[in-house]
Amino acid sequence: MAKPKLKEHHIHRDWCKGCGICVHYCPKSVLELDENDKVCAVRPEDCICCRLCEYRCPDLAIEIETE
Amino acid sequence: MAIKDYIRERFFPHLWCPGCGHGIVLNALLRAVERMGLKKNDIVMVSGIGCSSRISGYVDFHTLHTLHGRALAFATGVKLGHPELNILVPMGDGDALAIGGNHFIHAARRNIDLTAIVMNNRIYGMTGGQYSPLSGYGMLATTAPYQNIDHDFDVVALSTAAGASFVARSTTYHVQQLTDILEKAINHKGFSVVEVLSQCPTYFGRKNRLGSATDMMDQFKETTTPIGSKAKEKDPTLIERGVFVEKDIPEYCAEYDKVIERAMKKGA
Repeated sequence: MAKPKLKEHHIHRDWCKGCGICVHYCPKSVLELDENDKVCAVRPEDCICCRLCEYRCPDLAIEIETE
Repeated sequence: MAIKDYIRERFFPHLWCPGCGHGIVLNALLRAVERMGLKKNDIVMVSGIGCSSRISGYVDFHTLHTLHGRALAFATGVKLGHPELNILVPMGDGDALAIGGNHFIHAARRNIDLTAIVMNNRIYGMTGGQYSPLSGYGMLATTAPYQNIDHDFDVVALSTAAGASFVARSTTYHVQQLTDILEKAINHKGFSVVEVLSQCPTYFGRKNRLGSATDMMDQFKETTTPIGSKAKEKDPTLIERGVFVEKDIPEYCAEYDKVIERAMKKGA
């Protein structure tokens, strides 16, 4: 099976509460919290599309779109 | 369908605190439902009272938000009226086992086809952090400032003894396992209990100095082990997770249909 390739991180900023679960469990340190405590993808090129952020987000605020 | 098609987006962001494990249970449950390809009209979610029970407001199924501890009683009525529907009954630990303890054991004993999800965060979060029947000995809570002296229930042992035909446990850390287990539980014909260890960083975590939501989730990773693992033999304090009971015994609605049939024959 071909490796999934990232298209985009869809982040629902209004829903994100800045708990940091996605940041903590990202194996490639792609995500960080910004100055407003909202998640943002700062190193999207490192993303391996494992979706651990998406599966563990309690706020359904992050979604990985692959090509 | 994407999981967003199964929620009522107008009520988001939800009311749960930052890092609350209940959101992760919602996330895993939606994924299980999506993977199974269930139709929204074929699912009824019945919940009681508490943080956990607010989950029924966020899903776009048929939903009932009922009395504290009595979700299983309402669900029993719905199931008997419409046995073809999938009934999901998410409950908090206090809701399921303190206020609704009797409903819980008797629903298990009857083996009626419901999926009971016990979202166990070991505290009454909504009302300010009072200790629950699952807080455990020696823990701190708003109402146990000098440590709790009550021992906790073992949900798996209790459900098994009460006769549930599907009993499983997972945690909010093990989301993939949790989704698989929820799928099995919904598919199971009979009373299914899924205990999910969930974090309450606001009360249980803060009172017991367990750190942030991620610290608490890391503790689920460290303090649990798959059923029958070697690690459990070495350290018996580890909590096992997985499917404990999965047995095929007569289901209540099917048996009730037989009663109707027998009665009709006699009357004819």
